[in-house]
Amino acid sequence: MPVLEQQSDLLQQFAAGDVGAFERLFREHQAEVFRWIVRIIRDPAAAEDLTLETFWRIHKAHARFDRNGNFRGWARRIATNAALDYLKSRRLETPLPDDVAAAECSDSAVRRDIREKTQHAFHRLPPKLRVVAALALIEEQPYGEIAEALNISVGAVKLRVFRALRHLRKHLKQMGIEP
Amino acid sequence: MNKHEEESIRNLLKRSVTPVHAELSRDLWPQMLQKIAQQTKTVPWFDWALLGLLILWWVLSPGSVPVLLYHL
Repeated sequence: MPVLEQQSDLLQQFAAGDVGAFERLFREHQAEVFRWIVRIIRDPAAAEDLTLETFWRIHKAHARFDRNGNFRGWARRIATNAALDYLKSRRLETPLPDDVAAAECSDSAVRRDIREKTQHAFHRLPPKLRVVAALALIEEQPYGEIAEALNISVGAVKLRVFRALRHLRKHLKQMGIEP
Repeated sequence: MNKHEEESIRNLLKRSVTPVHAELSRDLWPQMLQKIAQQTKTVPWFDWALLGLLILWWVLSPGSVPVLLYHL
């Protein structure tokens, strides 16, 4: 049977609620979903839990999946929403561990205090802007992929990037840093 | 905000918050399967409430039972 046809059958079985089909899709996509989430939330331990949460949402919503649709894109959208919910729930909490690690890396071009203040400003971004800032400015993901994951237009992504930069500038200025 | 400022903030951010290159270290399917099994064992609260209402209805109006059975 051709590969495309096999994939189509698999998606049809998944949409019909077949756990075996779900398992195959899970195993096929779990690593990618994890990588996507970790890029957004920047905490590998929490990203594991969110990967499970994403697939749990996928499992519960199997009947709503468009049988001819793109599973990867759909999974990414659900993962982005799960990550966004996580960031909203953790807002204004202490910086995540990866930033401590980042601070340890020596970078002679930027002084430590500036780096810490920039990290602080990044963490103070509203979750919606933080997702876009992390994906577009730090991870350098293509705008098209970010737009698809957030279910918005590329224009809207550009606007959020601009707003995120404006927020960062404002917070940095408040902390005495002139970019 | 001018282009220079924008570029400067972009660079500052990139130098301060580094990209994360983490890979999934284990297969999460066993945990997922456990979660699915737990869900299938639990009866949703709504079903219990519905059953309770049905029993209450039969207790309060026993005459309606044969009518209901007839219509089924």
